[in-house]
Amino acid sequence: MTDRFNLYRYASPATFYPLAGALIPYFAAVSVVFGLAGLWLGMLVAPTDFQQGEGYRIIFIHVPASWMSMFIYLVMAFWAAIGLAFNTRLSGMMAQALAPTGALMAFLSLWTGALWGKPMWGTWWVWDARLTSELILLFLYIGYMALTAAIDDARRADKAGGILLLVGVVNIPIIYFSVKWWNTLHQGSSVNLTKSSMAETMLWGMLLMAMCFWMYSIAVAFARVRTIMLERERHTDWVKALLAGDEK
Amino acid sequence: MIHWNSFSDFLAMGGYGLYVWGSFGATVLIMAVEPILVARNRKTTITRLKRQMRADSRAENRNTAE
Repeated sequence: MTDRFNLYRYASPATFYPLAGALIPYFAAVSVVFGLAGLWLGMLVAPTDFQQGEGYRIIFIHVPASWMSMFIYLVMAFWAAIGLAFNTRLSGMMAQALAPTGALMAFLSLWTGALWGKPMWGTWWVWDARLTSELILLFLYIGYMALTAAIDDARRADKAGGILLLVGVVNIPIIYFSVKWWNTLHQGSSVNLTKSSMAETMLWGMLLMAMCFWMYSIAVAFARVRTIMLERERHTDWVKALLAGDEK
Repeated sequence: MIHWNSFSDFLAMGGYGLYVWGSFGATVLIMAVEPILVARNRKTTITRLKRQMRADSRAENRNTAE
């Protein structure tokens, strides 16, 4: 009876582990291809911006990093909700695996934003709604990681972290709509579909870079979740068999 | 097709070189280092888990021998 119960309970990590492992090289390869295409288009082909000169090219990483920082948080909050509602093991591991990558994306968003703000606005930083709410997002990621790391029991850590994630999700629409709700220094998108063909190479460069960042995040999160699975499932038969098999 | 006249033009980025390359440099650095850290963490975790597993099975053998 216990055998069957265990088999059922651990079915998803045990089956997801090899699947993720098999998919990582593909996501990594696709990420590189998108990245090279996006850089070629954005850095070599796209014309000069009539207002911002060549400085606008920061957009090709600033926007993808910002999008990913928000999207990864939403995915983590989704897993937190699933974990809290259905008490599933995999969800906490997924959230854990995504957090460092999300934090790095938030950091890159702020870093590239500062480097863009200095020449265009004359300042590295300003306490406006968009910038401040993105900084809070970075703090939410760091807070989540610190909180879950401070709790020894993984299941309790998942629950506490999950609640933090769900409370913090209110910040995402605030970031997204901040440029509409408040008078911010941060501009709206300088690239849009309705403009001339010139804007099109810029737009495609940006979308390709966004795909590159997306695929990169999946590859890294999959790699990280596999290690978390081994750690957390170390008492299960499938991990023991896997580790014993590796040894030979 | 290529927007730039020369490589030095490309590096200068119309005077925004510091800002553009500072952004791309940080991104490349992070995207190179993060996978390395993940891989290293995986290696040390597997080594540790194997050691624990061996220790556990030794302890178990001792217990059954007694």
